[in-house]
Amino acid sequence: MPSEVLELDLNTSLGAFDLEASLDLPLDGITAVFGPSGGGKTTLLRTIAGFEKASGRIALAGERWLDSPGRVDMPPHRRSVGCVFQDARLFGHLHVDGNLRYAARRACPGGATVDEVTAALDLGSLLSRPVSELSGGERQRVALARTLLTNARLLLLDEPLSALDTERKADILSYLENLSVPMLYVSHAVDEVALLAERTLVLADGRVRGFGATREILERLDIQSITGRFEAGTLVRARVVAHDPQYHLTTLDVGGQHIVMPMSTRLAAGDFARVRVRARDVALATARPQALSIRNVLSGTLIDLVTEEDSPFAEALVEVGDQHVRARITRASADDLALRVGQGVYALVKSATFEQ
Amino acid sequence: MELGPIWLTAKLAAVTTLVLLALGTPLAWWLAHTQTRVKPAIEALTALPLVLPPTVLGFYLLILLHPGSAIGSLWVQATGDSLTFSFSGLVIASVVYSLPFMVQPLQSAFAAVGRAPLEAAASLRASRLDAFATVAVPLSARGFLTASVLTFAHTVGEFGVVLMVGGNIPGETRVVSIAIYEHVETLQYADAHVLSAGLLAFSFVVLLVVYSLNRRFPVHAL
Repeated sequence: MPSEVLELDLNTSLGAFDLEASLDLPLDGITAVFGPSGGGKTTLLRTIAGFEKASGRIALAGERWLDSPGRVDMPPHRRSVGCVFQDARLFGHLHVDGNLRYAARRACPGGATVDEVTAALDLGSLLSRPVSELSGGERQRVALARTLLTNARLLLLDEPLSALDTERKADILSYLENLSVPMLYVSHAVDEVALLAERTLVLADGRVRGFGATREILERLDIQSITGRFEAGTLVRARVVAHDPQYHLTTLDVGGQHIVMPMSTRLAAGDFARVRVRARDVALATARPQALSIRNVLSGTLIDLVTEEDSPFAEALVEVGDQHVRARITRASADDLALRVGQGVYALVKSATFEQ
Repeated sequence: MELGPIWLTAKLAAVTTLVLLALGTPLAWWLAHTQTRVKPAIEALTALPLVLPPTVLGFYLLILLHPGSAIGSLWVQATGDSLTFSFSGLVIASVVYSLPFMVQPLQSAFAAVGRAPLEAAASLRASRLDAFATVAVPLSARGFLTASVLTFAHTVGEFGVVLMVGGNIPGETRVVSIAIYEHVETLQYADAHVLSAGLLAFSFVVLLVVYSLNRRFPVHAL
């Protein structure tokens, strides 16, 4: 079955801001929209929803929402799209229950019921509350529930979880992942993007700077200069080998070599996990170091080294089996070690975190 | 106690308020959301009755509405009645005179609601009219109440425009303020006292209600 797409071909000025985007977005799973603030993430979502006057073309599975030459500009309420705004935007004159029913009454037929969504997002105890008495996190959950009720064919989520605590966030993320509705998910947190989205769209200065599989996008150097070096790193696919309860460590297989991490009991031996390794947590050596507290030393090949004249840092990409690890070292170290692409190096991983 | 002028005043104020709710709401909505460059001009026009002497308004309304004028003669043909010195003419005059008292509170209420809840409604598949009726109006409820109460009270308190356009016809144009004027002219101070004190108390209660409402209904946090 050919996957349906959201066609975007926008070249439009909104006040002082230009938005240019031309791509076909597959309508399945979660696509992260990622980039610095002011880069156009929210504007892109608002344009798709129809809240910004734009020129170009937007079509969802062939249904034209915007077609400037053809003078099509479908009003927002007729576009089958649900929005969760950064600021929740609950209706203050209705209680939580009323907000949910407002959406349910106008929903496309065949969607979840108020009871189902209430149960899924654990809103039962909030239903009779006025929205002015909700906490920030509660508001976002109600807003999310309200949007899910519309049964739209595409969800646009603008940092919907920024007000939630970590535990609640994890619950809702796993719920979102299991929904069959395609989503565009705006975030400026790399970790959230890496965790959620198979696909990532990077926007900066109103331009698309990258679009593709999340792992590939997060590994690309030119994109990391947009997303901020401090967050630069790689996602590594690792298989759980064994747990060591005595030292509270878990051993994982990365590209045929072993690393140890703080024990995660959620994982069983044989499970695959995504491990995020930040570039600043990786050092390089040209010989296997001895007498070192760092236990994770991966032997690999230097496949990319980028230095910038006006920066003290160099970024190295090391291939470890079928996985990649990025290291951020100083340019001076790179010169001292005479690093060259193609040579064997050891990546010293100071810390890594489980993504899932 | 004369009930005639009181009843007539109440009827005039009620009809004026209803007409202005119908006319002022779309105007206030448009003013709150438009980005046109003529907006300040329209706002200034809307506010004119606040600063013009009622005699100026009354004078021009008289010229506009008298049976020899275009509007006035049409009205005579259609209804057989004159617009000047009639209740209908008073309603038109009051609508013009009280316009800012309806439009300004509504405009600020709509502006305070802003676009955000309307966009949320649209994303929940509510059409613009639906969103207006089910989101903007309830969220502006206090604005509607304030606007209606002020319009009603201001219409009750008008004098100059009524005198110019309506004169002093019992049962037709003789409202409370005109009745008081006549009582004073004819030195019937006791009757003037009753009506004046009544208007004073009424006006105070109305303003008290408006200011209490502004305290009691907190702005809905979104």
